[in-house]
Amino acid sequence: MDSLTANMPLLVFMIVGAIAFASSILVVAMRNPVHSALFLLLTFLCVAVLFFMRGAEFVGTVQVLVYAGGIMVLFLFVVMLINVRHLPDERVLSSFWKGGFAVFLGLFILMITLVRPGVYHDEVANKNRLQAIPKHVVRRIHNADGTVTRKNIVRYTHPKGVGNSEAVGTLLYSDYLVPFEIASLFLLVAMIGAIVIGKRELSAVEEETAPAYMLERVETEKEVKESMSA
Amino acid sequence: MPSTSSYLILSGALFSIGLLGVIIRRNMITVLMSIELMLNAVNINFIAFSHQLASLEGQIFTIFVITVAAGEAAVGLAIIIQLYRLKSTVNVDEVRELNG
Amino acid sequence: MVSPAILLAIPLLPALGALVNGVRAFANPLTPKNRTITNLFSLGSTGLSALLAAWTVISYVQSGTAHAFQHVYYTWIPAGIGHVTGGFIANFSIDFAFRIDTLSCTMLMIVTWIGFLIHVYATGYMSHETGYTRFFTYLNLFMFMMLLLVLGANYLVMFVGWEGVGLCSYLLIGFYYDKNFAADAGKKAFITNRIGDFGFILGLFFIFNTFGTLDYGKVFALASAHPQTYASIATAICLLLFVGACGKSAQVPLYVWLPDAMAGPTPVSALIHAATMVTAGVYMVVRSNVLFRLSPTAMGVVAVVGAVTALFAATIGLAQNDIKKVLAYSTVSQLGYMFLGAGVGAFTAAIFHVMTHAFFKACLFLGAGSVIHGVGGEQDMRKMGGLRKYMPKTHFTMLIATLAIAGIPLFAGFYSKDEILSGAYAFSPAIWLIGAFGAGLTAFYMFRLYYMTFWGEYRGAQVEGIETSEPEHGGHNLIPDQRHLDQGDEHTDKGHGHHAHAHEPHESPFSMTGVLMVLAFLSLVGGWIGWPAALGGSIPTPFQRWLKPVLLPLGGSEFEFHEASKGLEILLMTLSVGIALFGIWQATRFYLKDQSWSIPKRLATNLAPIHRVLTNKYYVDELYNATVIRGTLLFATFLALFDVYVIDGAVNLVRHATVFVFGHGSRLFDTYVVDGAVNGVAYTAKGGSTMFRRMQNGFVQNYAAIMGAGIVLLAVVYLFTKA
Repeated sequence: MDSLTANMPLLVFMIVGAIAFASSILVVAMRNPVHSALFLLLTFLCVAVLFFMRGAEFVGTVQVLVYAGGIMVLFLFVVMLINVRHLPDERVLSSFWKGGFAVFLGLFILMITLVRPGVYHDEVANKNRLQAIPKHVVRRIHNADGTVTRKNIVRYTHPKGVGNSEAVGTLLYSDYLVPFEIASLFLLVAMIGAIVIGKRELSAVEEETAPAYMLERVETEKEVKESMSA
Repeated sequence: MPSTSSYLILSGALFSIGLLGVIIRRNMITVLMSIELMLNAVNINFIAFSHQLASLEGQIFTIFVITVAAGEAAVGLAIIIQLYRLKSTVNVDEVRELNG
Repeated sequence: MVSPAILLAIPLLPALGALVNGVRAFANPLTPKNRTITNLFSLGSTGLSALLAAWTVISYVQSGTAHAFQHVYYTWIPAGIGHVTGGFIANFSIDFAFRIDTLSCTMLMIVTWIGFLIHVYATGYMSHETGYTRFFTYLNLFMFMMLLLVLGANYLVMFVGWEGVGLCSYLLIGFYYDKNFAADAGKKAFITNRIGDFGFILGLFFIFNTFGTLDYGKVFALASAHPQTYASIATAICLLLFVGACGKSAQVPLYVWLPDAMAGPTPVSALIHAATMVTAGVYMVVRSNVLFRLSPTAMGVVAVVGAVTALFAATIGLAQNDIKKVLAYSTVSQLGYMFLGAGVGAFTAAIFHVMTHAFFKACLFLGAGSVIHGVGGEQDMRKMGGLRKYMPKTHFTMLIATLAIAGIPLFAGFYSKDEILSGAYAFSPAIWLIGAFGAGLTAFYMFRLYYMTFWGEYRGAQVEGIETSEPEHGGHNLIPDQRHLDQGDEHTDKGHGHHAHAHEPHESPFSMTGVLMVLAFLSLVGGWIGWPAALGGSIPTPFQRWLKPVLLPLGGSEFEFHEASKGLEILLMTLSVGIALFGIWQATRFYLKDQSWSIPKRLATNLAPIHRVLTNKYYVDELYNATVIRGTLLFATFLALFDVYVIDGAVNLVRHATVFVFGHGSRLFDTYVVDGAVNGVAYTAKGGSTMFRRMQNGFVQNYAAIMGAGIVLLAVVYLFTKA
């Protein structure tokens, strides 16, 4: 039991990792895009678990919320929007599957060979740091030749009850404020862009009838209101 | 304890598989999904190193990656919809107007 | 003492006359006043020259004839000209100098006085010619050249004169230059002369090469002092010189120009082609007697050629009907006799015959001219006859001249011909026989001419309106006489008729008959200077003694005049006279007794092939035409074609090659290399771009794959090589 307890993280990692790995393969391999989407969802969830295991609680949460909750829904919407009926007849693989496998193999082997196990820091200390709030201090250092240099030092403090989220939030709103604002702008632009790009061009009939439809709708609304107030 | 290297290996594997999916799949949506997979692999990488180096910067960056991935997925899907409206296909091989 | 100034004046006076008249010939129309001025200059200069010549001869005789008088006027070509010190040019030196010795005195007297007489005759004969002044210009020019020839002290001055008389002969034969036959005859004369001159020049080269000088005195002194040294080369020299003599003096085979030369006016025929120019060859041979005597071979050749010519021409003369043609062939024949004499060693006999021949042949030609003038231009003897009634003076003078040429004793021809024949007998009896036979033929055909012309009834044309005037005569219709165009007599001097209608033959004016009488007188007495020993004269004869100084001793031994026994001499003389009388008798039988000429006509019919051959002059002209002329023309055509095809072809080939190389070549270069390079760049760009364009195949996944591969590659390179 001890060994099991002691090795629990590893075991969890192995299982979750295996699931992630397998489902990612299945994402790529499934014919039906809906199936691919679902396996992708599973992958996302496994990845979120892995995030949690590494002390990135906030990011893990965000992962689930945004990826699993938002992006996958989006994907499924689009898949449904597109008529998938005629798709299963066709081939799955594109014309570059040979090149793709070659690149995959190359890259995979590269990745594997690059990784060298063993030379890392203390776990506990790392975990502590991941929940610390930085504090910027300016220190004056007196040099040997009598000049004074100013040095910026970051000190990490651990006030009580500060978790990963608070730490990340503090950092995000202090040191990384500008990228944060830019990211929000980016999201705005992406939203507008998506709307603009995805806009359906109205056909001639619809052009003609649209105002009427809108007017009709206004009319209807008016009627409803009157009927309600009356 | 799973070491950073295990995470890295996993990240690499997921990334390669994602790349494979990008190149191999015919369906545009599946291609986009593979791209998301790749981004996730990158995120795993960032988090692993952030934990190893005891620095929150990795996580910050991961948040931004997720943000960008979301935006990009939205726009990409909008494009796919519009493309489907025009070409009535989501086959990558059939969309090659921009060729030489 | 001979005066050098007077000596120089002798040729210069006619030259001056030629110059003045030459200028006047361009400008002056023919008026009696202009004729008088022309006469003044030409006759005046020639006459004065003759007087000065006589004066010179007298002064020379007074100063002693044993030594020659030589005067250098001007160093024409100095030695080492152009500062050359070695070889041929360093020693080559020619002076313009005159030499007076007995030989040149003889020739001088003949040329100047006969020339003067003929000038006088020509004033009458050519009086109606529009080219009167031109004629006298040429005649004076001829006198100048001929005098240079005889007076020259070295071979080169003689050669200048030699060429000059050839030129004047051409000018005078072709005097009627608008007539084709006259122009052709002039050309023929000049070209045939040139062929001979080629040999002559080679002979001069040999002389200079052997003796180192061309001066008579030096050459002959050397040759006579060392005969053995020069004997071998002398044959070559003499044969080459003789080739020149054959051309100039109309020997076989270069005689063909002389009969055709009758196309010129009759005074020309008389002066140039009877008395003077044609004898230049004989003069040259006699002048070079020392060299000839060194080579018995050469002398043998000269003798044989002379004998053959004498006989050959005589046979042709038998069958000719044109009076001038008969005289022309007679001239050729007599020239043959002169060479015969020179060849057998009788050099003085040859010069003697030159002198007597000048007298009687000039008389005969001028008489023929008078006859032609009198009958209104007719030259065919068959249309003459009975002219002794109409032209007594002409008849009388021609009779004397004919007797002279026939070799009748007392007349000039007998003495000279007899001397030749006796010398020939001493050389070879066969030669003598040929000569004697030729003499007989000469007598025959000359009397044939005489009888046909002056005896019987006049057979001339009585038709109105036929004009056969000389071509230059202005204002008269020129109808070629058809009757002359048969029998090969197409090259005729058209005679000197100036009447528009056939007329009675009449005597010529005194300017003509006076000259005839002088010449006839000379034909009678001219031979007495050489009265042979056999008939009471001396050995050597006065003429032989006169010419002795020219015949230099050879290697110490004096020249010996041939002395035969008196009996042999008289026998030979009797034989030759007998043969001549036989010829005259036959001529009388054929042409006098029977005016229908039945005998000659019968002979002509029976011996028709022979007669035809003789009439056509042995077809020699045709032979030459077919061989030499045709060959030369073929060669000329070949050269022309060579020029066109080979030389021009080579030039054109270079042109084509250049055009091809630089034109087409550069075009090809431009097309394939330059354009090729430019296009190549374009193709490369296009190919490259095509190649690269394939990369943009529109497959996004392809891009992604390649990007992935690139990244992997980069990573591999970066990571595994930086270590």
